[in-house]
Amino acid sequence: MIDVTDLTVKFGGVTSLDQMAVRFESGTCGLIGPNGAGKTTFFNVLSGFVKPAGGTVTAFGENLLGMAHFRRARWGVRRTFQTEQAIENLSIYDNVGMIHEHSKLSGNQRRDDVLGAIAIVGLQDHAYHKVATLGAGDRRLVELARAIVGKPRLVLLDEPAAGLPDEETTRMGQIITAIPERTGALTILVDHDMSLVSSCCQNTAVLDFGKLIASGPTDQVLRDPNVVKAYLGTENIAA
Amino acid sequence: MSTTELSSSQTPAGGPVAPSRFGRGVQVRAGVVAVFLVVVLVVLPAVLSIYYIDALTQVAVYSIVCVGLGVLVGRVGLVSLGQAAVLAIGAWIAARLLFGTSLPYEVVLFCSGVLTMLLGTLVGLPALRMRGLYLALITLMLAGAITVVLATLNFPNGGHSFSGYNGALVHIPAIRRPGIATSDPAFFRYSVIVAFVMFLLVLVHLKTRPGRAWAAIRQSEPAALAAGINTTLYKLWAFALASFVTGVAGGLLAGAARYLYSIDFQTQDSITLLAVVLMGGAYNLWGAVIAGLLFQLLPAVLNDVGVSPDWLTILFGIGVLQVLTAAPTGIVDQLPKDLARLFGFVTGRSRRQPKTASVEGGL
Repeated sequence: MIDVTDLTVKFGGVTSLDQMAVRFESGTCGLIGPNGAGKTTFFNVLSGFVKPAGGTVTAFGENLLGMAHFRRARWGVRRTFQTEQAIENLSIYDNVGMIHEHSKLSGNQRRDDVLGAIAIVGLQDHAYHKVATLGAGDRRLVELARAIVGKPRLVLLDEPAAGLPDEETTRMGQIITAIPERTGALTILVDHDMSLVSSCCQNTAVLDFGKLIASGPTDQVLRDPNVVKAYLGTENIAA
Repeated sequence: MSTTELSSSQTPAGGPVAPSRFGRGVQVRAGVVAVFLVVVLVVLPAVLSIYYIDALTQVAVYSIVCVGLGVLVGRVGLVSLGQAAVLAIGAWIAARLLFGTSLPYEVVLFCSGVLTMLLGTLVGLPALRMRGLYLALITLMLAGAITVVLATLNFPNGGHSFSGYNGALVHIPAIRRPGIATSDPAFFRYSVIVAFVMFLLVLVHLKTRPGRAWAAIRQSEPAALAAGINTTLYKLWAFALASFVTGVAGGLLAGAARYLYSIDFQTQDSITLLAVVLMGGAYNLWGAVIAGLLFQLLPAVLNDVGVSPDWLTILFGIGVLQVLTAAPTGIVDQLPKDLARLFGFVTGRSRRQPKTASVEGGL
């Protein structure tokens, strides 16, 4: 569980997050909102890249904001980025393995964990191929494997299916839905594809101009008049 | 490609087999390196004049400097323009120890590497906060400052003070060489072996955890942090490694030159070093060898045929422009492709070249 209270982030005169208060319990949760709403800023706060002006973030009983950024990943905060970040000249195995190198497990256990994560995303037949040889969809899957290897506690997915064709988005959705069950991690999904969000997320929070305007069960949130007005427009995807 | 059912059991057992650490590709590379070493250690000293043997000794020394700079530029993405000054520090420390102690030459090289590593890492401290042009500028300024200090302090020449400088400038002893390599050909072989060891040290780093961490930092620092990589530690580690090998190179340079003068270490040499590293290939260890050849052998050849080495400034400028626009992986990657094209042209067979340039390094 992650508990956010009064989280405020300011960039100069712009308030990117304005006293955001939300609780993500378990499973896969959605975080949606128009461009510039503060979704990625929220992820950056959780990752340690942005220092908030105020507020607290408690994740599984730990004060997340008190941890050094690189220690958060070792503790269990994992994430993907809007732009794909897999390292081209390393193999899939090395890309995934480097996230898990800092654990205190034995070499064999780490190897099994890495291959297990690669298998979850379906790239096990190509584990030792270089990322440079993969297509865009498979590179996204490598990033997903990086996010779930070992024992992640909080998986932050920032538009993981952006630019992917429908078939690969569906496949990505199946994998995302399975993350909590396979790893026990709380997963937060940011995406503009409402069909992906509604198929993956039991609960969803909505940001608009840095303010939380709705949160709750996904189907209810997507029918919320404030959400429809601020983000979805007249089209109600969940209907 | 993605066909695995999520509900199925996906145990790693029976999964893909990791490529052998000593597979065929590694064996071929090891064979190439062995042949290269035999030619360099046995054939070249037997057929070349002392003039060219001395030039190749300098090539071995500067190849070490270039492999260190290649780690910073090619592997971590940190542009340092202070390596000539770091080399000067290594040479100064080695000269002082060689004059002031009777330590074996190998121990002096190691001490020179370690002490230079400590000082060179200080040069890397700005890298924790800045990159790109600003880091280049800061390291260039630091290099200039170090050059000024060394010009004031002078290089040791057998004196007894802290600086080891004898201002009388009479009866100046030469910097000693190792007992097993007092002659120029022997010292050339000695330098090549030390360079080989330094290349192996860098290769081990590239193939293990630091190499993967550097690759992640080069790709994206936020992504590296999100992967749990302590970017501060690994950036300093890169500067420490580059400084260590450059310090060892400085120790070799002291023995190769036998007399050191501050005028031999110009601040602009750092810029030329970066240029030749880019031209040789910053992503490949062989690129450092080519960079060393460009930096030291090419001027010697031009000098030998009566052409002023000053022309190299223009030549290197054109070379860097060509590399940056047409062959970002450097001559080491471009030359085999060009030779293959030439072969295809001569024999009438065209060869399709891969579109994506490899940035994988290795001996």
